[in-house]
Amino acid sequence: MDAANTMAPLPPGSSAGLLESLAGFVKELRAAGIPVSLTENLDAMEALRHVPLEDRDAFKYALAATLVKSNAHWKAFETVFEVYFSLRGRQYRLTDDTGGEEEEQLIAQLLGSREGEGSSAEGLTPEQLAELLFRALMDGNDAMLRAVARAAVTRYAGMEPGRPVGGTYYLYRTLRQLDLDAVLDKMLAAARDQTRGDRTELEDRLAREEYEARLEALRREIEAEIRRRLVADRGAEAVAKSLRKPLPEDIDFMHASREELVALRRAIAPLTRKLAVRLARKRRHGRKGPLDFRSTVRHSLPYGGVPADPRFRYPRPSKPEIVVIADISGSVAAFARFTLQMVYAISSQFSRVRSFVFIDGIDEVTDYFRGTEDIGAAIHRINTEADVIWVDGHSDYGHAFEAFWDRWGRELNSKTTVLLLGDARNNYHAAQAWVLAEVAKKVRHIYWLNPEPRSYWDTGDSIVSQYATHCDGAHECRNLKQLERFVEQLG
Amino acid sequence: MSDAPPARFESPAAVREGLRTVSYLADEGIAGVVFLAERLGKPVLVEGPAGTGKTQLAKSVAELTGARLIRLQCYEGLDESKALYEWNYKKQLLRIQAQRVAEGSGGSWEDIEEDIFSEPFLLTRPLLEAIRAEDPVVLLVDEVDRVEVETEALLLEILSDYQVSIPELGTVSATQIPLVFLTSNSTRELSEALKRRCLFLHIDYPDIEREREIVLTRVPGISEALADQVVRIVRSVRSLELKKAPSVSETLDWARTLLILGIESVDAQTATATLHILLKYQSDIDKAAKDLAGSVAPSR
Repeated sequence: MDAANTMAPLPPGSSAGLLESLAGFVKELRAAGIPVSLTENLDAMEALRHVPLEDRDAFKYALAATLVKSNAHWKAFETVFEVYFSLRGRQYRLTDDTGGEEEEQLIAQLLGSREGEGSSAEGLTPEQLAELLFRALMDGNDAMLRAVARAAVTRYAGMEPGRPVGGTYYLYRTLRQLDLDAVLDKMLAAARDQTRGDRTELEDRLAREEYEARLEALRREIEAEIRRRLVADRGAEAVAKSLRKPLPEDIDFMHASREELVALRRAIAPLTRKLAVRLARKRRHGRKGPLDFRSTVRHSLPYGGVPADPRFRYPRPSKPEIVVIADISGSVAAFARFTLQMVYAISSQFSRVRSFVFIDGIDEVTDYFRGTEDIGAAIHRINTEADVIWVDGHSDYGHAFEAFWDRWGRELNSKTTVLLLGDARNNYHAAQAWVLAEVAKKVRHIYWLNPEPRSYWDTGDSIVSQYATHCDGAHECRNLKQLERFVEQLG
Repeated sequence: MSDAPPARFESPAAVREGLRTVSYLADEGIAGVVFLAERLGKPVLVEGPAGTGKTQLAKSVAELTGARLIRLQCYEGLDESKALYEWNYKKQLLRIQAQRVAEGSGGSWEDIEEDIFSEPFLLTRPLLEAIRAEDPVVLLVDEVDRVEVETEALLLEILSDYQVSIPELGTVSATQIPLVFLTSNSTRELSEALKRRCLFLHIDYPDIEREREIVLTRVPGISEALADQVVRIVRSVRSLELKKAPSVSETLDWARTLLILGIESVDAQTATATLHILLKYQSDIDKAAKDLAGSVAPSR
C-alpha cells in the first residue's frame, strides 16, 4: 500500500456520505467492544475501492474481512452492519432488498389477481396472509417469505413513529399474531398427508427440522424488517445503541438471559480447548530441566563432536490436585456450572479434580464426572441427584463448610488447591470462618471466586471478606474473560 | 487461465464461478475475501473448524490461477532454518577444505567468506522460495496456530512487505506479490500484529444447500435424493452437543460409504450402523445413535 492510497481512501465516485456512515459504523463497532485499529479502518476503505458497491454481499464481506478478526465478534458485526447499511441501501447503490414492487407483484400473482391492481401487501386479510405464509414456508421460497414478513410487520407490529419501545416488543406482537407453533403443526400435517403416512420416524424428524429452520429464517426476516423500520424512524445510531449486546466473553454470569446462556455455552467450548493447549504448552516449554547428556552428545555430531547445542530434559513439575467447592443455589448456579465445566475441560492438567456442591448441605459429586465425557449431563445429574439440601434450601455457607471439614477435611494435603465458588451471601447464618483458616493451613493454595462485582462485596448478607482473609486471593469472576484468566494461572 | 501473472478476477462472482470450475464451491464470503486478497495484495487468514476446506481453498485457488502451490506446514518447534532459509554448512565446509587442498595455504579469508555466503550455498525454505519465485505462486502456511508466538514474528516481515532480510546477502524482495493463505484451527489466539496484517475469513460448516451441492460434486454417482438425506441427517447430528461435530470431509466420507454399500435411502438403522464414519468419539457416537433411534426431535 503506498502513501497516496492511504491519503485518499475514498473510493472513486462515492459520496462523502458513505465515508461518513463508515465512520459511524466503525465507531459503533468499537462501542460494541470489537477492537478496530486505525490500520484496519484504512484497510476497509481501501477494500471498498475494489468491490462493486452494488453487490451487497461483497460489500459486507469486504468490511468483515478487514475489520473483524475473530469469529466471536461476527454476530455483533452483523447486527451493526444491518443497522447501518441495509436501509440506506438504495441511496448508496447497494441493492435494496426491501424493494417493494417485485414482491407486491409476487403477492398479487399468488392471490390470483382477484383484486386487480388494488391488491397490495397492506390490503391482505389475515386469512390471506396466513395462507401466503403457509405456502411460502412449504415451498421454501425465500423471496416470498421476505414479502410475507414485510406484510406481517406492516399489519401486526403496529409500529408508531417516535414511540420509545425496543424492537423486541414489535417482534413479540408480530409473532403472537402469526402463531408459528400452530403453523409448524400444520406444515407437518400437510407433509404427512403428501406422503400418505408412508414415512419413517427419521424422515418425520428431518422434515420437522427443515421446517423449523425455515421458521427460524422467517423470524430473522421479521426481526430484520422491524429493525429497518426502526432505523428509518430513529436513525442508525440510536437503534445500534439499543441493540448493543455484550460479546460472549463479557456476558455477566449472574444476569445472563436464556439466550445469552446459550451463547455462553457455545463460547466456552473453544475457549477451554484453547486454554488446555496453552497450559500443556506452558508445561512443556516453561523452564528448562537438567542437562540431557545423551541427547547433547548425539546433537554434537554435526559440529564434529563439539557440544555446541546443549539439550535439556523437559521439566516435570508435579500437577496440583484441585478441590472445587461450589455453591449451586439459584443465584449463582450458572457461575458454578461454567467454572466446573472449565476446570473439568482442563482436568488433564491436574493430577486429580474433586468437586463438592452445596446449598445448605454439602455433597461430593466427583463421581458424576467420572466415566462421562459429557459435562452437560453431569451438571444435569448434579442438579437433580446431589444431596445438597439440609434444612430449607437457602445458602448456608457456614454449615456447608463445617460439614465439609468433618467429612473430608482429613483428605486435604499440601498438594491440594482449593477453589471456593460463591457469592458468600450467607442469609445471616453463622459464618464459621474458622473452617477456612484450618483448611488454609493444610493445603497449598485456597482461592475464592465471586461472581458478583467487587463493589457489591460485603453489602447486605454478603460476608466474603470474612472468608477471604483466610484465602490466598479472592477474585471477581463475572464473565468468561475473568474466569479464563484465573484458570490459566492455576495450571 | 495461466497466461500472464495472476489472472485478475473481474468480481467476487467471477471468483466464485472460477472456483466452481475446479470443483470448489465457495459461498459469497469466501469468494469476496479471495477477490479482495488478490486486489489488495494482502494475505488471508482462514480460520474455522477442522475439515471445512480451509487448506483445499488454497489448493483450489492455486489450481484456478495456474499458480504453483508452496506449502509450509507449521508445527511446534518450527524455526527460521525450516521456514525461511538455511546456509548449507556441509557444502560450505567442503568448499573450505577444497580451497585448502588446491592452494596449500589458500587465498585470503575474505574471498572465501564472500564465496561461501552466496547463493549456491543457500538452502531456500518455503517462505523464501515463495518470495523469490519468478512464476506465479500461492503460498499456503498451514496450521499457523501450531507455532509458538515468537515464531509467528518470522512471518510478519513477509506478510506485510513481501521481503526477507538475510544478514549476509541483504534484503530479498518479491518480484511479484504471491497470494498467501494462512490457516488456523484456532487452538490458540493469534497475535494482534499478525491478524492486523491479514484479511480474516472464517469458514464454518456450510449451509444445507451448499453442502448438498458439495456432496453432489465431490461424490460422483450419488443420487440427489440420497445426497439430500445425507446432508439433512448431518445437520441434525451437528445440532447435538458433541465433542467433535462432523465436518464436511466426514460428510463426504459417509456419503461415499453409503454409495459403496449400495444404500439408496437412509433409515435410522443404517444411519446408526455407519455413524462411526461421521463421528470419531465413542461418547459422541452413543449420543447420536440414541438420538437418531429415538428420532422424535425434541420440540423447542
